[in-house]
Amino acid sequence: MSSVLKIENLWVSVEGRAILKGVSLDVKQGEIHALMGPNGSGKSTLAYALMGHPKYEITDGRVEIDGVELNELEPDARARLGLFLAFQYPVTIPGVKVADFLRHAVTNVRNPNRKEGEDLMPMRDFRKELKGRMEELDMDTDFARRYLNEGFSGGEKKRMEILQLAMLRPKFAVLDETDSGLDSDAVRFVSQSLARLTGPDMALIIITHHDRLLEFNKPQHTHVLLAGRIVETGDAALARELHDHGYAGVRSRHPDAAAEEKEALEQNALVGANK
Amino acid sequence: MTTSAATTTGFGAEAFQAFLATRNEPGWVSDLRRASFGLYQESLGRPLNPEEWKRVDLRAFQANRFSVGGRATTTPATRMGTLLGNHPTTCEAGFAGAVAHVDGVVVDSHLAAELTAKGVLFGDLNELLRTHGDILKPHLMTRAVKPGVDRMSAWHAAFWTGGTVLYVPRNVVIDQPLYSLIGLATPQTMDGSHTLVILEEGAQATLLEETASATTTDAGLHVGSVELLVGKRANLRYVQLQNWNQQTWHFAHQAGLVEQDGSLQWTVGGIGSRLAHIHQEVFLDGKGARGEVNGVTFATDRQTLSYYTQQTHRSPNTTSDLLYKDVLRDEARVIWRGMIRVDQAAQKTDGYQRNDSLLLSPDCRADSIPGLEIEADDVRCTHGATAGRVDADQIFYCMARGMSRYEAMHMIVEGFFHGIYDRIAVEAVRQTLSRAVEVKLGIGQ
Repeated sequence: MSSVLKIENLWVSVEGRAILKGVSLDVKQGEIHALMGPNGSGKSTLAYALMGHPKYEITDGRVEIDGVELNELEPDARARLGLFLAFQYPVTIPGVKVADFLRHAVTNVRNPNRKEGEDLMPMRDFRKELKGRMEELDMDTDFARRYLNEGFSGGEKKRMEILQLAMLRPKFAVLDETDSGLDSDAVRFVSQSLARLTGPDMALIIITHHDRLLEFNKPQHTHVLLAGRIVETGDAALARELHDHGYAGVRSRHPDAAAEEKEALEQNALVGANK
Repeated sequence: MTTSAATTTGFGAEAFQAFLATRNEPGWVSDLRRASFGLYQESLGRPLNPEEWKRVDLRAFQANRFSVGGRATTTPATRMGTLLGNHPTTCEAGFAGAVAHVDGVVVDSHLAAELTAKGVLFGDLNELLRTHGDILKPHLMTRAVKPGVDRMSAWHAAFWTGGTVLYVPRNVVIDQPLYSLIGLATPQTMDGSHTLVILEEGAQATLLEETASATTTDAGLHVGSVELLVGKRANLRYVQLQNWNQQTWHFAHQAGLVEQDGSLQWTVGGIGSRLAHIHQEVFLDGKGARGEVNGVTFATDRQTLSYYTQQTHRSPNTTSDLLYKDVLRDEARVIWRGMIRVDQAAQKTDGYQRNDSLLLSPDCRADSIPGLEIEADDVRCTHGATAGRVDADQIFYCMARGMSRYEAMHMIVEGFFHGIYDRIAVEAVRQTLSRAVEVKLGIGQ
């Protein structure tokens, strides 16, 4: 049976300010969704809220995977249910080797009931699998021995996120502007890699400003966020239109949301000025 | 303990006389005690060196509640809550020898026969002073830790209870490590162990020492000393893992002295105690001498761990390299005050000191105060200190990859210590420190 990630009327606040105002979205395993929208529209907020970042407070609505509500679950429990977030800004963890980090991650995600201290995936199997995935992603296997993201270039960090996705094989992967900061060759490579990794067992929610990442991962659904709401949903053609012409058309078709967006931006500037 | 005679608590004249009467030791040893007791009594009228002690809160400490150990014990070494995992009643598990003390009394002592045949001495200080006083006398409290440094050194020199001795003759190389355990089992007892390591020219050895308590609740006191005397071209690796329970006060003078082209690698693990203050010195005495100090500490609850470290360069072309890494949680406090001293004669000195702290909770506190005192003009001395909090985004990132909050914390702490683990060549020590971290994080409990 194919799994479903269900987002129902989701309201999310950051430091008391409502950012998402009733987002609803159904994502089935195997589907590709593009999530687009101007800066500040709430795309990253949705990504963090789905994964359970403590700063992103769900004030109304619910998120569930196959009927299991995620709202109150810790991020690790969500990961063990098959949710994955490729970070826009992956963090550095000094002294922790990529291989050690991934071995823990893979073991936990594949054995959702594992307790800390219990056996990790056998080293031989893990090494073999990791080496294979790194080769597929055209990564130098020396990366496995480096400290996680320490001294990595922007492109290397993004590739590391894709490697983690490849190893963890989530049911639902949210990619938060994985294309940002990459040159067009790198984006093309990531897009191709993603296409090879996905299939009927994995759904992608691709947050992006451009359509390059979508080149090899053609979305069945494109959603446009404006001022914390999904104002339009279409297919791959919508993604292309937004890439080519920007959000002016969207704003003119949804004047109320556009006004809200403007107000929020002005408020933001005010808050910034007071700091 | 019901078997012992009534003991005199405290460390006054009466207690000292009673203690001295129980000792079976050469006259010169008792004379050293008497002279030191005089120094101790004098020192009570003076404050402790404020530069060293001003951040250490001793208000709750009452010496008179404790009585000196070293009389008798009925507790076997196996009762101690050790981290190294093996108890020293055998020479197995890759150790060439093992000594254990409980409440200041030796309870076990072994050394591989082939090492005895080579002239290696390894055992209890009391006994070896009787049988090999000629070898030990020139080194005991004369070169590295002298009784008159301050109140703590004098107190120890008057009331020391026993301790582990390792003597390695010229050019003898011991490949396997030796193990020493210092335990406390009887409530309100003072352990005054004195570790004395002497490596003659060209000798090599590794000594792992652990302090441990039999219970988690009994109050204890350690007034100790460590002397590491590394001869020309000799190479000593010494590890002390301080793992007392959190009711124990730990005061120690610890010093290493390295002669020409000798090398000392000294690893300090600070895990236990209610309050610990260690005065640690490395003297680079001979040309080309090298000293490396690695400190790994993890303080939790309301523990205070204080380190006062000195790297003293007395000869040319000497190297010192000190790195302390501290992890703190709860309301714990870690204080590190470090100093590199370079004598006028010590040209071409290469001195380094660094202290990094990782704070896991908002209420813990780390103080790092590095310092340099340089009299030579052709030296390279550097120091640094960092303090950082565990980043909520690092925790979130790990958790987003399926790790529990504890596992994430564990991973970040292990990563923080990693740089130091890489410097520690002895696998058993790395594993032990790693286990100590797990215990502190409450994993597997």
